Amino acid sequence: MTSSKIFSIITFLYGLALVLYIISWVFKKSFPGKLAVAATIAGATGNLAGVILRWIESYQMGIGHAPLSNLYESLIFFAMTIAIVHLFIAFKYKQRIIGVVSSPIPFLAMAYASLPKVNDSIQPLIPALQSNWLIAHVMACFIGYSAFAIAFGISIIFLLKSPDDEQQTGIMARIPDFDTLDDLTHQMVMFGFLFLSIGIITGAVWANQAWGRYWGWDPKETWSLITWLIYATMLHARLMRGWQGKRIAVLSCIGFFAVIFTYFGVNLLPGLHSYQ
Amino acid sequence: MTKLSNSDGFTNTLWKFFTSVKLSVFILLSLAMTSIIGTLIPQNENPMLYLKKYGEFRFSLFKSLDLFDMYHSWWFRFLLCMLTVNIIVCSINRLTATWKIIFPKTPKFNINRFRKMKNRQEWTSTSTPETLKTAYETYLKKRFKTFLVEPAENGYRLFAEKGRWTRLGVYVVHLSIIFLIIGGLVGSIFGFDGYVNIPEHESISSIFLQNSKLKKELGFEIRCNDFNISFYDSDMRNRNRMPKEYRSDLSIIKNNKEVIKKEIIVNDPLRYAGINIFQSSYGQTKASGLKYEKQAKMGQSIDMPGNTGTLKIEDFKSHFPYRGITLDNVYICVFTPKEGEPEHILIPENSRFDAMRNGDFIISIENLGNHLKITFTETGLKYYTGLQVTKDPGVPIVYTGFIFLIIGCYITFFMFHKKICVELTTAGGKTNVMVSGISEKNRPGMLSVTRRVANQLKHLK
Repeated sequence: MTSSKIFSIITFLYGLALVLYIISWVFKKSFPGKLAVAATIAGATGNLAGVILRWIESYQMGIGHAPLSNLYESLIFFAMTIAIVHLFIAFKYKQRIIGVVSSPIPFLAMAYASLPKVNDSIQPLIPALQSNWLIAHVMACFIGYSAFAIAFGISIIFLLKSPDDEQQTGIMARIPDFDTLDDLTHQMVMFGFLFLSIGIITGAVWANQAWGRYWGWDPKETWSLITWLIYATMLHARLMRGWQGKRIAVLSCIGFFAVIFTYFGVNLLPGLHSYQ
Repeated sequence: MTKLSNSDGFTNTLWKFFTSVKLSVFILLSLAMTSIIGTLIPQNENPMLYLKKYGEFRFSLFKSLDLFDMYHSWWFRFLLCMLTVNIIVCSINRLTATWKIIFPKTPKFNINRFRKMKNRQEWTSTSTPETLKTAYETYLKKRFKTFLVEPAENGYRLFAEKGRWTRLGVYVVHLSIIFLIIGGLVGSIFGFDGYVNIPEHESISSIFLQNSKLKKELGFEIRCNDFNISFYDSDMRNRNRMPKEYRSDLSIIKNNKEVIKKEIIVNDPLRYAGINIFQSSYGQTKASGLKYEKQAKMGQSIDMPGNTGTLKIEDFKSHFPYRGITLDNVYICVFTPKEGEPEHILIPENSRFDAMRNGDFIISIENLGNHLKITFTETGLKYYTGLQVTKDPGVPIVYTGFIFLIIGCYITFFMFHKKICVELTTAGGKTNVMVSGISEKNRPGMLSVTRRVANQLKHLK
């Protein structure tokens, strides 16, 4: 079995998990929800296996390197980290329903990766990327992105839910109460902020090692800083000014747009980080 | 006296101004918003290029606002300065106000607050308060740093807590930011960032600074013993093959003596006397040979010497990613040979070092303001290595900041001050037990801690 075969199977598994989560939510049944968790576990496990297999395949081609070097590989890694963070919430906070908003992301990432315009071949590493810092840097950044993505999903539910829903019995009433959503957003943002910081720092140390400067105001660097500043503002507004609820949800959405721009939008601008 | 109190009043107002979190939020958002500008307008490009792109009016407007080098502009530095003062003042202000609360001589517990907590767990035990007290004391003492017991009307109150110090985590984060800003400042004052190209077998003793293009003496010589480029695909005919490695064999020579010899590659620089030497680019050059000079304007075609073809300079780029390395200040040209297809070639600016080979000539281009001077030099080629030479004494400070930032964030986000209270009251031969916990910042976290403690206490008799 090749890694690309595995990736098409897990795309299906993530899609299945999404459908099951929606069924579980709309029909208020817990069994499909459990199946969805199982599908996500299978997807994440397969995802990890696929990443490892691709790593091995690159060595068999004689250009061995961690599969974290282009857009295709980053999307696959992103799908995996989101699935894992999502499972973490499902088990730690017993909030399976969050799957309705967090499971579309790995599915969409995998689906996007399988588009013909995304080059899925294993390419050799250019000299600038030949460093052990690559793994730490990319992993930390994507774990951070994943947490922010899930915070964004939760914030979207928060904004869609109206206070009247708490009393009603419709499908909106089944999603967790405002306090839980608000707290989950905060937890995810703190988690993401720590990992984004680690990602920026490992990148800076690497840049200092490869080019002799830890910070060069490259567009991607700058956008990661912008993202960092937005979430820093959000944490201060919440912890010091007591902001909660809707305002925090809106800031979490703005923060995630900055994440998306840092990830994809920067490719429109020139710089060292643009995926080729 | 009046004067003194006036200045006191002013200092107070200023102090108050800087303690406001609204100011922090404002500065953080301002930094975020203004940083966007620099990602939309390419930074530190050639002025000619800006003029062409933005036109006279916008060019002078942007220039007066320092938008072409905005991260080093006075107003961006002003914002960073405001942030620093804001962080310092806020931290001092809060720390002096809360220090006594965080670290009192004797920890105090307010039973009424615990009784009101939503997370409290209650049950009834058949054991006496005394028995329970002894059992719970052992348990709590083992798991918490501080333990207190006090007699109550019909029983006992047990208090335990740990993690008071974690409330200082946020100050570690703030301190880390100060370190980063100071480290950056030290680097920009005492450090430099330069470049130099050294042909194989030659040495240099000075470099050019990246921003000012001024010459800087190093105090030692760098010799390039050898330069090698290797490709993933060994097929010479494949023009698109990917480079695998750029390798320069360098020697540091001081007082005519070789002190260090090292082969450097892209991620493995040479460090000597606080100066770092990085592999950055490469090219081919000629040490001597006949020169032909021509003049041209951007977009104009000129005849090459010796009736070999025409050359058209199409564009100028100050940063141009090329096969994994970034070439600085390159002209994008089209060379049309006498017989054959036109092809694009890249010619780096600065005729002293950079040249791109084509056929029998090295072509180099120099910008003389109103026109371009193109020099064709007859060949006799050899490789040169392009090195980036930097010094940044601020790096250790910045790295300390990095470590503090990670540790501080971890403490602030994932550790918290936990206070637990157990109240034992006799009622009709039985004992009512209440377990309740307080945390200033992590309610859900405290809920699970309280539940866990209660569940374990239930098993103790």
